[in-house]
Amino acid sequence: MNLRRLFSRSRSAPAARDRLQLLLAHERAAVGGSDLLAKLRDEILGAIAKHVQIDGDKVSIKMERGAQVSTLAVDIEIPFEAAKKAA
Amino acid sequence: MGKVIVVTSGKGGVGKTTSSAALGAALAHDGAKVVVVDFDVGLRNLDLIMGAERRVVYDLVNVIQGEAKLTQALIRDKRLETLYLLPASQTRDKDNLTAEGVEKVINALKSVFDWVICDSPAGIERGATLAMRHADIAIVVTNPEVSSVRDSDRIIGLLDSKTVKAESGERMEKHLLLTRYDPARAERGDMLKVDDVLEILSIPLLGIIPESMDVLRASNLGTPVTLADQRSVPSVAYFQAARRLNGEDIPMIIPGEKRGFFGKMFGRKAA
Ligand SMILES: Nc1ncnc2c1ncn2[C@@H]1O[C@H](COP(=O)(O)OP(=O)(O)O)[C@@H](O)[C@H]1O
Ligand SMILES: [Mg+2]
Repeated sequence: MNLRRLFSRSRSAPAARDRLQLLLAHERAAVGGSDLLAKLRDEILGAIAKHVQIDGDKVSIKMERGAQVSTLAVDIEIPFEAAKKAA
Repeated sequence: MGKVIVVTSGKGGVGKTTSSAALGAALAHDGAKVVVVDFDVGLRNLDLIMGAERRVVYDLVNVIQGEAKLTQALIRDKRLETLYLLPASQTRDKDNLTAEGVEKVINALKSVFDWVICDSPAGIERGATLAMRHADIAIVVTNPEVSSVRDSDRIIGLLDSKTVKAESGERMEKHLLLTRYDPARAERGDMLKVDDVLEILSIPLLGIIPESMDVLRASNLGTPVTLADQRSVPSVAYFQAARRLNGEDIPMIIPGEKRGFFGKMFGRKAA
């Protein structure tokens, strides 16, 4: 056992508690049907689908659930043809 | 074409999820393109062990039900570019996993990744049988303890009868991963010996992972133990198991045995 390793390591339980509290807050909201991030995701995709037919493989969605702020990033490739037609 | 591995055991709490994450990360660290798939629908945990729980957008059930594309459900690891996670659904029922749906997903993953690692739920029901269904290789995770060995034997029976490989008359490649091995208890003679377990189950040994604080610490932090501290005892054991999967011939070390003076003094704490 490397002593420096032993002492330099901070305790991991507080990290576990913080991660769990954050995760469970979001999960409970999801079970209660009030997962805002998922709702926004679906509505944004629905709004786009009204105007252009897009290939699911060309839509990349990223989420990051945070304690104070969450982020939702929707990245869509819209073909030039589709954009012209819709205009 | 990539290889499909199922990490299975029958019994819960033996270390399937820990091992799926650790082996997946070890293989990816050594350069392979790896996806770990959580089959524990309703009780997902692989996302938490991999530290990706805040980034789940879609899951396996969404993909199977056609609500999302596979590429949209895959989460890329923040530490390793070639490591991906396909999370299980937390809110949906496991009846949403259809045999055809699972087959499609596995085939699609196989064409892109070198390794597709399926983390099986406990039990012998639908989730567990679907997780093993398309496997080329099975890793049977076993603790040196009577009920775990018995359940592993049951699972080996299923691997040899209920998988696509078995049904088409081929032999399923099976490996034993002995986890939560406690060198101190082994020394006292209160734990099944490695040789005993091997003799009873008679499948080749892939590795021995000691019971270790490092595993607990890594799961607290959401880091596969093989990425947390690569010199820790369980990490080294998992890396060696991963290299054996790749066909390398690495001598097996039984934790706690053939230790030198310092090993005897400090080995137990290290493990
Ligand atoms: N080698 C080990 N040393 C210490 N604890 C371990 C080890 N392997 C697994 N565990 C712990 O055992 C528990 C169950 O592990 P997990 O991987 O979730 O099992 P399963 O997926 O088979 O149900 C977890 O708390 C995990 O941290
Ligand atoms: Mg598990």
